[in-house]
Amino acid sequence: MARIWIDGREYEVDPRRNLLEVALEQGIDLPYFCWHPAMGSVGACRQCAVTQFRDENDTQGRVVMACMTPCADNSRFAVEHADAVEMREAVIELLMTNHPHDCPVCEEGGQCHLQDMTVMTGHNYRRYRYTKRTHRNQDLGPFIGHEMNRCIACYRCVRFYREYAGGTDLNVFGAHNHVYFGREADGTLESPFSGNLVEVCPTGVFTDKPYGESYTRKWDLQQAPSVCHHCAVGCNILPGERYGRIKRVENRYHGALNGYFLCDRGRYGYQYVNDEARPREATGRSAPGASEHALSADKAAQGLAAWIDAGRVIGIGSPRASLEANYALRELLGASNFYRGTREDAALDTLALSILAAGPARIASVRDIEQADAVLVLGEDLLQTSARIALAVRQSVRQRGFALADAAHVPRWQDHSVRLMAQTQNSPLYVLSAAPTGLDELARRCHRGRPEDLAQLAQAIVHQLDHAQPRAPGIDDDTLHLAHEIAEVLVAAERPLIIGGSSTGSAALLQAAANICIALHRRQRSPSIALLPAECNSYGSALLGGDDLDAALARIEAGEVDTLVVLENNLYRRLPAPRLDAALTRIQHLVVIDALATPLGAHAHLQLPAAAFAEADGTLVNFEGRAQRYFQVFVPQDAQRPASWRWLQRTAAVLGRDLGNTLDELTAACAASDPALAGIVAAAPGHDFRIAGQRIPRQPHRYSGRTAMNAARDIHEPQPPQDVDSPLAFSMEGARVGLPPAEIPIFWAPRWNSGQSLSKFQDEINGPLRGGDPGVRLIEPGQGGAYFDRPPRSEVRPLQTVWLYELFGSEELSARGAAIAERMPQPYVVLHPDTAAELGLADGDRHQWAAEGQQWEAQLRVDPGLPVGIAGIPRGMPGMPTLGVGAVIGVAGAGA
Amino acid sequence: MTARQSPPQRPLTARIRPEHEPFGLADYERHGGFQGLRAALKMGPQDVTGLVKSAGLRGRGGAGFPTGVKWGLVPMGPDAPKQKYIVANGDEMEPGTFKDRLLLEGDPLQFIEGMIIGGYAIGASIGYVFLRAEYVLAAERLKAAIAECHARKLLGRNILGSGFDFDLYLHTSAGRYICGEETALLNSLEGKRAVPRSKPPFPATAGLFGKPTVVNNIETLCNVPHIVHYGADWYAELSSGTTGSKDGGTKLYGASGKVKHPGCWELPMGTTVREIVDDHAGGMREGLKLRGFLPGGASTDFLTAEHLDVPMDYEHIAQAGSRMGTGLLIVLDDRTPLMAMLRNLETFFARESCGWCTPCRDGLPWTERILADFEAGRARASDIELLRQQTRLLGPGRTFCPHAPGAMEPLQSALKYFPDDFSAAVGRDGAGG
Ligand SMILES: Cc1cc2nc3c(=O)[nH]c(=O)nc-3n(C[C@H](O)[C@H](O)[C@H](O)COP(=O)(O)O)c2cc1C
Ligand code: SF4
Ligand code: SF4
Ligand code: SF4
Ligand code: FES
Repeated sequence: MARIWIDGREYEVDPRRNLLEVALEQGIDLPYFCWHPAMGSVGACRQCAVTQFRDENDTQGRVVMACMTPCADNSRFAVEHADAVEMREAVIELLMTNHPHDCPVCEEGGQCHLQDMTVMTGHNYRRYRYTKRTHRNQDLGPFIGHEMNRCIACYRCVRFYREYAGGTDLNVFGAHNHVYFGREADGTLESPFSGNLVEVCPTGVFTDKPYGESYTRKWDLQQAPSVCHHCAVGCNILPGERYGRIKRVENRYHGALNGYFLCDRGRYGYQYVNDEARPREATGRSAPGASEHALSADKAAQGLAAWIDAGRVIGIGSPRASLEANYALRELLGASNFYRGTREDAALDTLALSILAAGPARIASVRDIEQADAVLVLGEDLLQTSARIALAVRQSVRQRGFALADAAHVPRWQDHSVRLMAQTQNSPLYVLSAAPTGLDELARRCHRGRPEDLAQLAQAIVHQLDHAQPRAPGIDDDTLHLAHEIAEVLVAAERPLIIGGSSTGSAALLQAAANICIALHRRQRSPSIALLPAECNSYGSALLGGDDLDAALARIEAGEVDTLVVLENNLYRRLPAPRLDAALTRIQHLVVIDALATPLGAHAHLQLPAAAFAEADGTLVNFEGRAQRYFQVFVPQDAQRPASWRWLQRTAAVLGRDLGNTLDELTAACAASDPALAGIVAAAPGHDFRIAGQRIPRQPHRYSGRTAMNAARDIHEPQPPQDVDSPLAFSMEGARVGLPPAEIPIFWAPRWNSGQSLSKFQDEINGPLRGGDPGVRLIEPGQGGAYFDRPPRSEVRPLQTVWLYELFGSEELSARGAAIAERMPQPYVVLHPDTAAELGLADGDRHQWAAEGQQWEAQLRVDPGLPVGIAGIPRGMPGMPTLGVGAVIGVAGAGA
Repeated sequence: MTARQSPPQRPLTARIRPEHEPFGLADYERHGGFQGLRAALKMGPQDVTGLVKSAGLRGRGGAGFPTGVKWGLVPMGPDAPKQKYIVANGDEMEPGTFKDRLLLEGDPLQFIEGMIIGGYAIGASIGYVFLRAEYVLAAERLKAAIAECHARKLLGRNILGSGFDFDLYLHTSAGRYICGEETALLNSLEGKRAVPRSKPPFPATAGLFGKPTVVNNIETLCNVPHIVHYGADWYAELSSGTTGSKDGGTKLYGASGKVKHPGCWELPMGTTVREIVDDHAGGMREGLKLRGFLPGGASTDFLTAEHLDVPMDYEHIAQAGSRMGTGLLIVLDDRTPLMAMLRNLETFFARESCGWCTPCRDGLPWTERILADFEAGRARASDIELLRQQTRLLGPGRTFCPHAPGAMEPLQSALKYFPDDFSAAVGRDGAGG
């Protein structure tokens, strides 16, 4: 530790930190722009000026930049020294010579770091009397607005976009006070992390475009802490609502997960919530195809209750529904009548959970991934399936650079110096996948193959690590060398990490990940593991258990079922349409509870509209096995959309059964049902939690118009809705300080109106939220189980498919929004050029394809990165059929 | 090979014949060329560095850092990184400075020899010359000389049978002043934006492509062959024996402005300003008086007629309150409007700001505009204080690199020595304030 003085006060601090971080942690309001907690210091803006003194006798001192100054022992600083105060004010004055002062029409206004810093430095009178420079703005696509005149040239955008996230199409052009931050030409920003520019930019240059199109000031948004539902990472988000519409999603800091950044699927995937076509009220249908008639909520619940009472009923849960909803359905219908994913998905999720639970690997958080010094990716295309993880892997390869910097005594926060020392030297990353991935450019080596082939390579790695384990016969020399190399690198690493998942549909690959960890453990290493399931609550649904869809279909096909209740699950995405269509003809009653209008809903005899994520509370279990609670943001008006679990509670009540009346009751019952789920209650404080007797308000202290916003309907101010499920209130009144970390609805602090106020919610920059990062890990890895058997060998079947994924398109909910839809590719099939040539197909042609009794049209993409003989098809994309794992496809004929 | 010749008094320019092509290799060697290199290759690399250190050679690029000390900072020995670089700074965009051009156009082989010796001393196998874009003739002659050296195995593998390999590449700049700042130069050479780097780490430990690198000015390197050939004592004598200066060797001095014969001359270090202006530049043009001068390029503080007898070396110019800089004088006469000169300088500096840090990027254009008001006679009284404040806020330590502080030097010294020019330019149109 080092002893330093700031304005005469003594502090004990870590000498490896810089003064700006330390000052912020100590609660000192020191302005900054170019420094970013996740990106370190570059000394560009000169805003963080303080005075440093040689010793206690030095009264003059000299001005230094806090962000570039280490806290060496015995350093003496003054924030309040006249020279530093003058400098900080002057920097703002200089920035303002070109800033347009258009706050009233700027989307950043009211949550603008530049506004905050301006007020903080005291600059308020303009002496500059000349013209300002002006720029032309660019159209950057559906996500990001551009207003370059507001730029203060802090360089954060390009540092994030290029250096942190690896994008290439945003850059800084020109020189002196004409520096321009944009693209070479107008066009959609390509990075899957472009949305973070909105939060990274301290002014209103890069703004959230959909938000800007239907704009509301920060202080007029109703917000609640939530969790992204668009993949299994479980990034924490802050959705903001007004007039019954989600206006935007912002990052909600989580020290172990998303940190400061989201992917664009997570930021813009909310738009389906605002879809006018979503079901608004319960509807019934006398027969398939007959017209719908509206039902009151009571009638609907009674109808469902009657069918359940009649028996011969089964239910299908969902990996995108909360634990509570799945649990409620299971309880209502009985565990033996409760089903979940496809045979493959259910088996894979259960297998993954058992691997995590058996150990010996530690389960890696996103933060752990960033710090791994050797990474092996087994089969996943992370940028498309779990983008935030890919961003973390991108940071992990910097470990080599950090080591070089440490050796040269260059502090890690001195970002450009560390990058200079590292150059292109990365710590090892190996990517084994079916097709090229977005991380290949960082990888030491990549290997392509079918999942079966990758599992063989993985087995060879296991053998290299532990010769007692069988070889992978029939593997070629190159691949064997690669296995050797990977094994050596993993053994040599201090923090080796294996990343796998279920996206390939291969159990062998998951087992291989486990085997590598076991082998490393036997070599006295302590590996970490991350296994990424497909959906936001895949692990929660697997923890609850239930047989798979094949078993459900078998019962239906055997004529054992009269009523099928489907919870938040569009089965057409899970089962081949012909089989599902046939099964639906065998039942009397299809009940669909969902937030969306889906093709399945079109068949329903009873459709119960459910809340979307922002209209309900619940608990999800992410890829780490962390249970996280998300909270209702708003109460939809003119719509009967209770949480899906509340429909089930009501139905239970009709049947005289007790599923409770609140979320807490359901959560508690779910937790009590299985020791593995016991932890979920603690994921967030219960609904009776109060701070000095007060609830936590969802509306900011400056929320305006609440007496007027309903005036067109009713001139009286309506009673605010009551919340029986959480300690949050649909109100402006309540407690705003000392909030538990899982219940922070907004980041805002005195003098810090922007999201940069976050440092006021942390004890340590980049550390957990004060009080600990939200959520509860449900899985405590054991000491390690036995090896899985060597994976079976399998011959290539011609045009056997491998699954590919699209960040924009493969996930059901997000794909429904207009902004994401604009980024979605058309259906396609990928073949190696040799395979295409053999079939006489040309790149770019459209064809009718056929498999498993289905036909569809898709464009051919030729990619030499794909192994010969197999076909890559994007999974879950609109316009693509649902096929089984490794289905074989063929060309049905030339298309339109 | 020729016999050892008597040591020259003007070693840097001895082989330069104005209006002629430079010497080819054979002539160069006949006139003492590559003797320094031959001597160096017989010494240990660190001994070469030691020799340069004891000769007292200081960098001619502007900062005057002792060259031998700089070389000594480069990691040597078996644990040192395999790849190191030496980079010659030939950006020379400093207004009023044109010495490196003369050296490269007149005697490119001398520079190449210095570069090879420098590379040998620090263990660099690759050298780059970063050359100002407009120096087309210098580029041509340098390329020809490099080709000739390659053909004669003076560049490439196993130079003169010594086992030392050295390759030299010419890189012509795209034309930004900031590329002369050594770390911006390295970024530019790497294909990145020409923005300075933060130090530490210094280039000696992490320079070009992150490898140990020495950046030296062209003139600095041209001194090296002679030091090695004739020795440190001889070198120190060149000035101590004539002007008595502590800084060794000769220096290319020059003068621009309204002197009779603007030009560039090699003179002993420590020659007085008066001698340069009166004897070599022929004094002021008819009817003009010297009012002040920038001693070493546009980014140095004004000195005045009172300082004419100051010897031009690092110590004395610093004592007088300015910087030696590049050693080429820009002379201000009594008729040229000071405000126009200052505005012109700040237009240059504002345009050449790299745009990285706020005070420079946004402060210089403001300064320029205020000065334009002074030039046009429409400044306000408060503008004088505003300018003073700018010189403080754009001063050393306040900005990311020395560009803006350099830009403030002529302004702050003009405010000090010529305050009346400023007050006289206030409010002629009646604008108060
Ligand atoms: C704005 C700026 C411009 C510079 N331009 C040049 C230049 O054109 N040539 C040069 O040799 N040094 C220039 N320098 C100085 C270099 O940064 C560096 O100190 C020098 O090249 C080192 O060589 P030396 O030690 O041989 O003098 C410049 C410095 C600054 C701050
Ligand atoms: S666009 Fe925003 S982030 Fe980028 S340099 Fe300008 S102010 Fe900074
Ligand atoms: S990585 Fe996944 S959880 Fe995180 S923001 Fe993206 S889609 Fe949402
Ligand atoms: S002072 Fe700042 S803006 Fe100016 S050239 Fe140096 S780094 Fe660039
Ligand atoms: S925050 Fe320190 S210089 Fe920008």
